[in-house]
Amino acid sequence: MRTIRAAAAVTLAISIAAGVTGCGGGSSSGGGSNDSPKTLTYWASNQGPSIEADKKILAPELKKFEKQTGIKVKLEVVPWADLLNRILAATTSGQGPDVLNIGNTWSASLQATGALLPWTKENFDAIGGRDRFVESAVASAGAEGKDPSAVPLYSLAYALYYNKKSFAEAGIEKPPATWDELVADGKKLSKNGKWGLGAEGSNLSNNIHQTFVLGQQHGADFFDAEGKPTFTSDGAVAAVKQYIDFMAKDKIIAPGNAEYAQNQSLTDFAKGKTAMVLWQAAASTFASQGMKPEDWGAAPVPVASGTPGQGKNTNSMVAGINMAVFKNTKNIDGAKKFVKFMTSDAEQKLLNKTYGSIPPVKTAQADEAFSAPDLAVLRDTLAKSAAPLPQVPNESQFETAVGTAVKELWADAAAGRPVTTESVKARLEKAQQTMQQ
Amino acid sequence: MTATVTTDSLTEKSDRVTSRGNGGARRRLPRIPDRIRQGGLPYLLLLPAVLLELLVHVIPMVIGIVMSFRQFTQFYINNWGGAPWSGFDNYKIAVDVNAPIGEALLHSFFVTCVFTFFAVGLAWLFGVAAAIMLQENFRGRGILRAIFLVPYALPVYAAVITWAFMFQRDNGLINHVLHDQLGLTDQPSFWLIGDNSIYALIIVSVWKGWPFAFLIVMAGLQNIPRELYEAASIDGAGIWQQIRKITLPSLRPVNQVLVLVLFLWTFNDFNTPYVLFGKAAPENADLISIHIYQSSFVTWNFGTGSAMSVLLLLFLLVVTAVYLLITSRGRKGADA
Repeated sequence: MRTIRAAAAVTLAISIAAGVTGCGGGSSSGGGSNDSPKTLTYWASNQGPSIEADKKILAPELKKFEKQTGIKVKLEVVPWADLLNRILAATTSGQGPDVLNIGNTWSASLQATGALLPWTKENFDAIGGRDRFVESAVASAGAEGKDPSAVPLYSLAYALYYNKKSFAEAGIEKPPATWDELVADGKKLSKNGKWGLGAEGSNLSNNIHQTFVLGQQHGADFFDAEGKPTFTSDGAVAAVKQYIDFMAKDKIIAPGNAEYAQNQSLTDFAKGKTAMVLWQAAASTFASQGMKPEDWGAAPVPVASGTPGQGKNTNSMVAGINMAVFKNTKNIDGAKKFVKFMTSDAEQKLLNKTYGSIPPVKTAQADEAFSAPDLAVLRDTLAKSAAPLPQVPNESQFETAVGTAVKELWADAAAGRPVTTESVKARLEKAQQTMQQ
Repeated sequence: MTATVTTDSLTEKSDRVTSRGNGGARRRLPRIPDRIRQGGLPYLLLLPAVLLELLVHVIPMVIGIVMSFRQFTQFYINNWGGAPWSGFDNYKIAVDVNAPIGEALLHSFFVTCVFTFFAVGLAWLFGVAAAIMLQENFRGRGILRAIFLVPYALPVYAAVITWAFMFQRDNGLINHVLHDQLGLTDQPSFWLIGDNSIYALIIVSVWKGWPFAFLIVMAGLQNIPRELYEAASIDGAGIWQQIRKITLPSLRPVNQVLVLVLFLWTFNDFNTPYVLFGKAAPENADLISIHIYQSSFVTWNFGTGSAMSVLLLLFLLVVTAVYLLITSRGRKGADA
């Protein structure tokens, strides 16, 4: 009996000790070290048509870096759906990569964790200075008034991609500039099993991007100046309803799109099943699906007035991929060198050209390669009529809460249930109430 | 110097032990004292298992419970020991059914209960039926047994993602058969969103779970003496009577464990809904495991998520205890 009691006491002691030490959690704070100067681990987000394609694109560049610096970069391409979870797990355990890609909409949320290296003036100077980057891209890399949590790598903006053949067949001469025109064109295109517009109804992030932009056009931000959610404002409700109505009322989106979450809308577009899609840098995906550049065109995303600009004429979010460094890296100098390499003019031109994105580095952006008609649209949108998503620490919650509400509304529309101002408001109300902080 | 002293004292001790023994060359080796051999050795042998159990179960559980009392959000992920204590706040939020978070948790609890009832019930039914059917020896029995076990042998992710493809509205096999070929529905149905999602979930779960029931019941059937059936058949009992009066009562202990294990696995199942629906399951199929995951890892409220996990653990503990109590009472009754 005494032995059992002793064993129990030891067990309890060990578990408490482990619990207490475990509670320390996470990584060692501080600014990293140079204990392992010859290697780096890099998590790249999946940018191209597949993970394999990304590996092929990045491998020669990493070899180039190794040749220049003697630092070997271990690459892992992480699919978008897994990336945020992987980053969270790495943050909690302290066992992450040295350098990683983050979606720029997560910047403020990840900044709040304190796990990423802040890009102070000194750090920016180490990679050539903050002035090299387009200001709007840097602004979407962290909360206002704080040092950015990452450095812009690829900039993206939304455009309206349209299938030239479908347009010609329907007798439409130019892409729509206003939403009314889009709906009218969409109705002409939606017949014989084909549809006017594509959507990704079960993709929460995409739902957020689209409704945020429409929200801007209706004068709604989804958050007030203090960072408190305002999901049920009239503008926000009208924006969400307008988006869902493309399926529910205007019937220019196929009901099946309500369950899309794996870029199926791009496949439908490439196959000619839908004639328009609102997307960011879709060129490489279209090419991988057998489309030739002359098969499709890109135009600015419509706005009510027909002329994109600031405020109510915003027609895109400032989208993009940033490059961050984990604060507890064992190769801080190497990590900065790698960020410098990836944001160098040469790499910026090469990689952004390959991915169909726009370089956030001013000097690289001036390259002729980015003057092609579709990229010129993205570049102009970024410069003139794109707004960053709210840079609040609970942005991730916003994406989930409102993204899910929009997903459920798509399901209602697809099932033929009425989508009214009241039903939209009720869903958004519920979403707002789940925001705890 | 110290080492010498220690060695000397050890030798001295071992001599003393030896001198108390029966003498001879063999007895000069240090012996494991009787007290340790009789009382401690089993515990010593259990130690590796205890340590592993601590590492794999107890410590994470303790950490989880600690987290549930903290205000643990994205601000503290990097240093979660620094998250402020919040007392029972997380629990209050989780059980307040008048507020959206508690209401949604209660809803997902009910969804999970309904799902578990049908998924476990059907998996058990199919498993038992298949095992009984394959009890008789016939040509091809081995092949059938192997085929029946395929869903159990397949990696969950690959199997469920295939189901997700089949359930797609426009290109999936299910609608192709139900709508295009058999004409059973007016228009192609949605399975991965909306009202039907719970059916999709149950179908995949049953498909995945019944081979386990089949395997266990098949093993249980091996222990029923053939003579019982022979005697029953001489007495004129038909096949149904044999199943009711011999097979099922004899399988009772096996079924008790089987149903409990299936219940626990199904109630907690995370892989099936996650692969089928992604991180935001439709309302009708919002299982509690996904709901807790979403509260913790998607909306970054780890404290509330931990509190929900602890509540789930308590619920499962109570259900298991009641179940074991009832079934053991039944067994005692049967034994008496």
